[in-house]
Amino acid sequence: MSDEQDVITGINAPVYLKYNFTAGRAPSRFLSQIKKGVLMGQRCPKCSAVYVPPRGSCALCGVATEEEVKLSDKATVESFTIVSIPIPGNPIEPPFIVANLVLDGSNISLIHLLSECVNEEVHIGQRVQGVWNPESEWGYSMDNIRYFKPIDEPDVPVDKIGKLPVTGWEG
Amino acid sequence: MANLAAVVGIGQTKYMTKRTDVSIAGLVREAAFKALQDAELTWDDIDAVIIGKAPDMFEGVIMPEVYLTDALGCNGKPMLRVHTAGSVGGSTALVAASHVQSGTFKRVLTVAFEKQSESNAMWALSNSQPFSTHLNAGAGGYFAPIIREYMRRSNAPYDVGIKVAVKDRLHGARNPLAHLQKPDITMKEVEESFMLWDPIRFLESCPSSDGACAMVIANEELADKASKPPAWIRGSAMRSEPTMYAGRNLVNPQAGRDCAADVYQQAGITDPRKDLDCAEVYVPFSWYEPMWLENLGFAPEGEGWKLTMEGATSLDEGGDIPWNCSGGVLSSNPIGASGMIRFAEAARQVRGDAGAHQVEGAKLALGHAYGGGAQFFSMWVVGSEKS
Repeated sequence: MSDEQDVITGINAPVYLKYNFTAGRAPSRFLSQIKKGVLMGQRCPKCSAVYVPPRGSCALCGVATEEEVKLSDKATVESFTIVSIPIPGNPIEPPFIVANLVLDGSNISLIHLLSECVNEEVHIGQRVQGVWNPESEWGYSMDNIRYFKPIDEPDVPVDKIGKLPVTGWEG
Repeated sequence: MANLAAVVGIGQTKYMTKRTDVSIAGLVREAAFKALQDAELTWDDIDAVIIGKAPDMFEGVIMPEVYLTDALGCNGKPMLRVHTAGSVGGSTALVAASHVQSGTFKRVLTVAFEKQSESNAMWALSNSQPFSTHLNAGAGGYFAPIIREYMRRSNAPYDVGIKVAVKDRLHGARNPLAHLQKPDITMKEVEESFMLWDPIRFLESCPSSDGACAMVIANEELADKASKPPAWIRGSAMRSEPTMYAGRNLVNPQAGRDCAADVYQQAGITDPRKDLDCAEVYVPFSWYEPMWLENLGFAPEGEGWKLTMEGATSLDEGGDIPWNCSGGVLSSNPIGASGMIRFAEAARQVRGDAGAHQVEGAKLALGHAYGGGAQFFSMWVVGSEKS
């Protein structure tokens, strides 16, 4: 036997975790509606802000949201980043654009993929619309919308981003 | 009214990509032991231990404090763990301080750490949520759109972030403990570095580090007897706000402004740029310097970048309000410890013990940390004098 041994400074010790997500009332409604191709938000009874995906309360006012509001799949780019590195656990190939988008009729941004666009031409205030997967593939997931793509509508001025009605933007 | 308390000992490890020579327990003990040495104290002189770190998934070691009690000399003593995401190093120091300020304990040891080489923090920060698409691309992916919005609002020149990236690495080159040692870094090198999360380049981002930081905080009676100059805690404040709500100002969060106003009021500061001698502020991505210059009241809204570009925050340019003389988070980032390093480095400055990155004659300094979706803030002001 050799006296020389490799110095062991560490071993590979993976941790695995599976968990069951308890949606709660509002996200549960949201997920059941998106399965039908409907984007459903909830309105704060105090400040009237519409949240999507709804979490059951307005974090600003601290009150429960009950009233459901059907939203458009058209949205405005609030901000974005062009990501040049892979996301752990997501097969998507960089570079890709992750955008903070505000759906028409809502008052808070969500993040989604922006595609079918020239990366260098994406800008704040740009109008986009969801590109849906085939209906047969719809599940309880925001991934029913594959990505958003630019549409031929005038830009939204910065002070109006996040404040458009569900009927959208006429310019 | 809280009792006076002061930092009487500081210990830090060298920050680096991988510390394979020590376990987590060895890492925290090293920093704690150095703090005791600095304070010329022993484990027996400590009444309680307050420890902090960022999310457990950063190492994959769940509840590490459970096995760190003996390494930190906690047998028979109270031990408490704090967690507030990236700001945890700061809030841990404040929880420790409050146990002394309240009169509960006379002398408390506080430690914060991260050993990021044990796992993958970007993975830990990129978990999918069941009700949204899986596009969380780490901290950079979250903060990049906020930085883009700051650039739009302020109309700042494109190279402000590049300048901060250079400035903090030049500061870091003065600090032998700093992870990144880049004394020859140039604007060109930063500008040509890989665009990770547009508009954030590789060299405009913090590194991933192993390291720990510790402090001993004592009451007035014991601090008066300390062998080295104490750093008196002149104000301390924490604030939080929800990650998301309609109309939230992500660029200039309300909780940060409120936290700063509170800590300034306690310390009698009316003009932070004039009244403070230096600041250690949590800047993990370079553009956060101009953003926090505004959030913390060093510059009017939309004008923080002017201070950066004038060299006001640079030691090397003889600025009037140097920020992150230690090199900051951009030079060393063991996430859970990063906030405490800011607090400890502020204390080093007013103790006159900051070596080659000392601000001449510093008497009053700010330590700052933020975490989560820029939603947890903790700050303290430390001074060389009691009032």
